[in-house]
Amino acid sequence: MSVKERDPVSGYKTTGHEWNGIKELNTPVPKPIWFFLIAAVIFSVVLWILMPAWPTGTGYTKGILGVDQHDSVQKQLVKAATARADWRAQLMAVEPDLVKDDEALMQIVRETGHMLFGDNCSVCHGTNARGSMGFPNLVDGSWLWGGDVKTIEETLRVGVNDAHEETRFGQMPAFGRDQMLGRDDIITIITYVRSLSGQPDVATAENQDVLARGADLFLDNCSACHGEDAKGLTMMGAPDLTDGNWLYGGDRQALFETLWNGRQGHMPSWEGRLDAVDRRILALYVLDLQGRAP
Amino acid sequence: MVLNLTRSERQGAMIVAVLLSLVGLVMTLFGADGYFSTHGFIIMLAGMGTVFLVGRGYDAPEPSDERLAHYYDDPVKAGVILAMFWAVFAMFVGDWVAWLLAYPDMTFDAAWASFGRLRPVHTTGVIFGFGGNALIATSFYVMQRTCRARLPDQLSPWFVILGYNLFCILSVSGYFMGITQSKEYAEAEWYADIWLVVVWVVYFLLYLRTLQRRNEPHIYVANWYYLAFIVVVAMLHIVNNLALPVSWFGAKSYTIYSGVQDAMIQWWYGHNAVAFFLTSGFLGMMYYFLPKRANRPIFSYRLSIISFWGITFSYIWVGSHHLHYTALPHWVQTLGVTFSIILLVPSWASAGNALLTLNGAWDKVRDDATLRFMMVAAVFYGLTTFEGSFMAIRPVNSLSHYTDWTVAHVHAGTLGWVSMISYGAFYAMVPWIWKQKKMFSPRLVEVHFWLSVAGTFIYVFAMWNSGIIQGLMWRTYNDVGTLSYSFIDSMVAMHPYYIARAFGGFLFLLGACVGLYNIWKTMKVRTPAMVSDPSRPLPVAGVAAGSVEAGE
Repeated sequence: MSVKERDPVSGYKTTGHEWNGIKELNTPVPKPIWFFLIAAVIFSVVLWILMPAWPTGTGYTKGILGVDQHDSVQKQLVKAATARADWRAQLMAVEPDLVKDDEALMQIVRETGHMLFGDNCSVCHGTNARGSMGFPNLVDGSWLWGGDVKTIEETLRVGVNDAHEETRFGQMPAFGRDQMLGRDDIITIITYVRSLSGQPDVATAENQDVLARGADLFLDNCSACHGEDAKGLTMMGAPDLTDGNWLYGGDRQALFETLWNGRQGHMPSWEGRLDAVDRRILALYVLDLQGRAP
Repeated sequence: MVLNLTRSERQGAMIVAVLLSLVGLVMTLFGADGYFSTHGFIIMLAGMGTVFLVGRGYDAPEPSDERLAHYYDDPVKAGVILAMFWAVFAMFVGDWVAWLLAYPDMTFDAAWASFGRLRPVHTTGVIFGFGGNALIATSFYVMQRTCRARLPDQLSPWFVILGYNLFCILSVSGYFMGITQSKEYAEAEWYADIWLVVVWVVYFLLYLRTLQRRNEPHIYVANWYYLAFIVVVAMLHIVNNLALPVSWFGAKSYTIYSGVQDAMIQWWYGHNAVAFFLTSGFLGMMYYFLPKRANRPIFSYRLSIISFWGITFSYIWVGSHHLHYTALPHWVQTLGVTFSIILLVPSWASAGNALLTLNGAWDKVRDDATLRFMMVAAVFYGLTTFEGSFMAIRPVNSLSHYTDWTVAHVHAGTLGWVSMISYGAFYAMVPWIWKQKKMFSPRLVEVHFWLSVAGTFIYVFAMWNSGIIQGLMWRTYNDVGTLSYSFIDSMVAMHPYYIARAFGGFLFLLGACVGLYNIWKTMKVRTPAMVSDPSRPLPVAGVAAGSVEAGE
């Protein structure tokens, strides 16, 4: 059975084995295979000598270079921190409100803030910082808790309605659900509130009495937080109702939902995740975005 | 299929089916949660369906001894059809997931359609459903021919192929419901894993028994690879899935490993699933169908030996390269790097052995899409193993890890190598087992070939681009030492590549549909035709040699 034939194409003999018509040539292993196999083994042995490689029971061979990934990453972190140390110190040394006048620092704020904002804030506030339903627009100039650098920093530090001990607390009560106001009164207030932001269809000659009743109801129920002029109180985190910016929507349906069931947004505290410099960069960054917003 | 079983085989089938129904019934009734009961119900249905099927032909007369003069190919046929159905289903899900990444709203607010569930449905469906069935089917075919021995019995091959598909169904239906062990490529829960062990042991014994009955003095290379696939996959599956169920009647279990040991065991499993499932097994396939189709002798027996032992020995060490720069100790990573590099040599030796076998048959490669499938598969195998060794080097890995480059690498392997070698093998084998001269439509084979090649190229190039862009964006610093890009910036940059990838995947899926249609039509051709894989007669005691079919 074991008949060795010569293959006319390659000139090599077969091994003489055959399986259902399949034969094999007895071609010697090509030289490059040996070469690369030996080269790969030599490379490996060299690497084993240089680097931590083989277990020895209780420990492992450390390698003559003495490299370990934990040391390497530690060194790189220190080096990177050192490279950033100068401008970070400089940034914190300047009075927060004056940083915007320092073009060199602002360049750093813009470059770094872009990444910080994208990785930490954009999920809620949007990549363009314009927010969405329930998440404030940060470039419209309308600030719930105040819009200077230090105040924004503080909001970032403690969050809003968060588990942080010093968190900012703000709540729109559920006037309807908790039976503080009846349905008709709520509808009256909605008409009044909508008229404050100058929407053309709201205040008409026929509904002056409704607006007057609305103004009374507003004074009694809403002004404690939103202010008598309805321009909001940052101390309470209560929004300005006259500027036409609506966090939860400004149509009648959305406002009814707000008054009936109340609202309470949440912003996490960033103290445990971002250090003071990063928080300052973010505060400066959003104010810079606001300044450049069309 | 039942009519070809002997009386005692029918009895055996009945016992297994009744037992399975009972186990399913107990699981359904006593399940501690709805998931477990649902799976019990599926098992019961499978068991009762088998009882019904076997029962219908139970009293039919015994098959004649004439059957012993032929190889037993019924389970092979079933495997081919099942493999192609899994391919179409799982590639459809894969393409859906690809579109989902480009357009995240495509879950339609349904929990079962979320990425975390669809993704394992895709991976399990293609790897185990398509790949596994292709391997089992071709291994039954190849081991009979290369051993010149019929399968030792007719019941255990059916048990293996159907039992294996029951495992696949349990896995995939479980993922839709949210059952998972959270181990990549080993998501199926403990009871499904135990069932697979039973099936796998029967498969292993079946292989050994066939080898034992062989009428050839030597064991052919393809069988080395198939056997390595069976043995090592058993080891990987058992070790990685060691877990403690919360309840004997509940779907949830916890792995016995924790922390970095768990990660290391998982990637030892994960990478060797690639090695022994997606490489060794399919190399076995290639070693039979490529020389057969090209009608050329294997280029070098000696090279086969080096490749086989090189691959088998080295792969086991390299799983740690999935855990570079993690809590895994540095020394384990170094070992992973070095063996990954050594591994390149036997891998390329295998690819080279395949391509050099085609010397003297390149005209056939030009004319025959089936052989071209196998040739392109060997090229992609070489390309992917080079890429894999390259990516295993730590500094390279620091760029490629966690990016789409990994996805490109995996799909170059699975689309380019695994799928294409399977298609090549199927297009060669399907006319042989259904006794046809050729496929229903050789033109459609050609269409399938070009859809596959185009789909693979678009997919892989899109993911290479996307992956390298991602990797670079994640490590680009400003002059002042802070990162230039946020993660969301890199997501935006990937969007066009995600669309391209999904389009490439769609072409590949289309090819699978064409393949299924073509195979289906070939199977349905009623004209008796002659045989196109001539083989030496099967030696059978008591049957005159002349009556032995000259083919298969």
